[in-house]
Amino acid sequence: MDDLQHTPLFALHEELGAKMVPFAGYAMPVQYPLGVMKEHLHCRASAGLFDVSHMGQVVIWPNSGDFADAAQAFEKLVPVDVMGLKPNRQRYAMFTNEAGGIMDDLMIANLGDHLFVVPNAGCKAEDIAHMQAHLSETCRVEVITDRALLALQGPKAEDALARLAPEVCEMKFMDIRELNLNGADCVVARAGYTGEDGFEISVQEDAAVELTRLLLAMEEVEPIGLGARDSLRLEGGLCLYGNDIDQGTTPVEAGLNWAIQKVRRKDGAREGGFIGADRVLEQLEHGTNRKRVGLLPEGRAPMRGGVELFAAAEGGEAVGTVTSGAFGPTIEGPMAMGYVPSELSAEGTLLYGEVRGKRMPVKVAKMPFTPANFKR
Amino acid sequence: MKYTEEHEWIREEDGVYVVGITEHASEQLGDVVFVELPEEGTEVTKDEDICVIESVKAASDILAPLDGEIVEVNQAIVDDPGKVNEDPLGDAWFFKMKVSDLSPMDDYMDEAAYKKFIG
Repeated sequence: MDDLQHTPLFALHEELGAKMVPFAGYAMPVQYPLGVMKEHLHCRASAGLFDVSHMGQVVIWPNSGDFADAAQAFEKLVPVDVMGLKPNRQRYAMFTNEAGGIMDDLMIANLGDHLFVVPNAGCKAEDIAHMQAHLSETCRVEVITDRALLALQGPKAEDALARLAPEVCEMKFMDIRELNLNGADCVVARAGYTGEDGFEISVQEDAAVELTRLLLAMEEVEPIGLGARDSLRLEGGLCLYGNDIDQGTTPVEAGLNWAIQKVRRKDGAREGGFIGADRVLEQLEHGTNRKRVGLLPEGRAPMRGGVELFAAAEGGEAVGTVTSGAFGPTIEGPMAMGYVPSELSAEGTLLYGEVRGKRMPVKVAKMPFTPANFKR
Repeated sequence: MKYTEEHEWIREEDGVYVVGITEHASEQLGDVVFVELPEEGTEVTKDEDICVIESVKAASDILAPLDGEIVEVNQAIVDDPGKVNEDPLGDAWFFKMKVSDLSPMDDYMDEAAYKKFIG
């Protein structure tokens, strides 16, 4: 654990009794004394606070000072509509490679005169190099290293945060604003990775501990570790980069078509024009051989990532693989997602997952497994 | 009561041996969400994987600590796996067995030795 990086909240995690584990080069809390199950349920019922400071924070400054120039340049890297992103709004995006595979998934925001980008911890070094290589002609890529990132998630997140800034009540899902919280300049987005309403807060590192303590002192709020973060996102049907999506999966195979706006598709005003567009647009037109689907095992045994999927109870080759699987505390049963041939991807299709040498029935199911609870 | 290095406990009760996992093991596993037990009447040999236990974190095997026959299993922990975290030394026993060779019991730890073992 000695060679791991620490977030600004490291000492506070230890003080709170967290169990620390290595994750993407950082020492991160996997759980607090409450435990994964109760942390998960608390977040769904009230509010949970996550340290996600390991994630990247990058600002793209257009040399011209005009946001449209940064947006136009960025559209070369992502299949999403960046130019149409309104001020103080953010959206989900992914960097694609030449084969249309996903280099990383990320959030991008229009903050008026610049683009704010939040990539995954495990990919941020490659992402930054990628952005510098492709954007430097028209933009300056500034890597932010002196800010923490907190996520406050759950149905009572708004009540809690509104005590520090009543304006947050006016924000809707995917709104983002620069706000003062407890004397610190913050960037607050109404979004998250749990399927719940909530906020992500970028805060100067020297103000992060005090802000975190203030939020944790509120009755609604408990600290939540990476363990529950994983089961929450899986119930929410959200992809984990490196498990459910990677360089070898395209956005269309991953069922992320919703993130590719019409304007970037065939016959759109800004059709294609991103790395790997040929393959992605072709797949949008004609479909894919395989698809990411939700899976609900019929029994109680969890089917974890790596479990092979079969079309029959006996014989035959594997037809697909589970990419994430866990026990869902809210749905009180096992859940998973994985890739299956498109002809076996219809909801209700019966498949078999091989667990400890036995084929166990599992059905293709709709995601999210728990209803999304966003403030639209 | 005796303890194994696999963090199982063994207790004699009216001529049969009751087996479960230790408090330390249940804490390390985290919230238990799934338990699979052998069928009653199964003949087992020492160190054979005979139960599966899955927590929110991972799957682990429970080994037969002795040679013998499974005479009773605890269906209550299959129906409510969370019991394993609540009362691992009591209500959440795993199985009872008739033992054919008791000699390995001499090598298993007593409570003091087990406490030292887990540090």
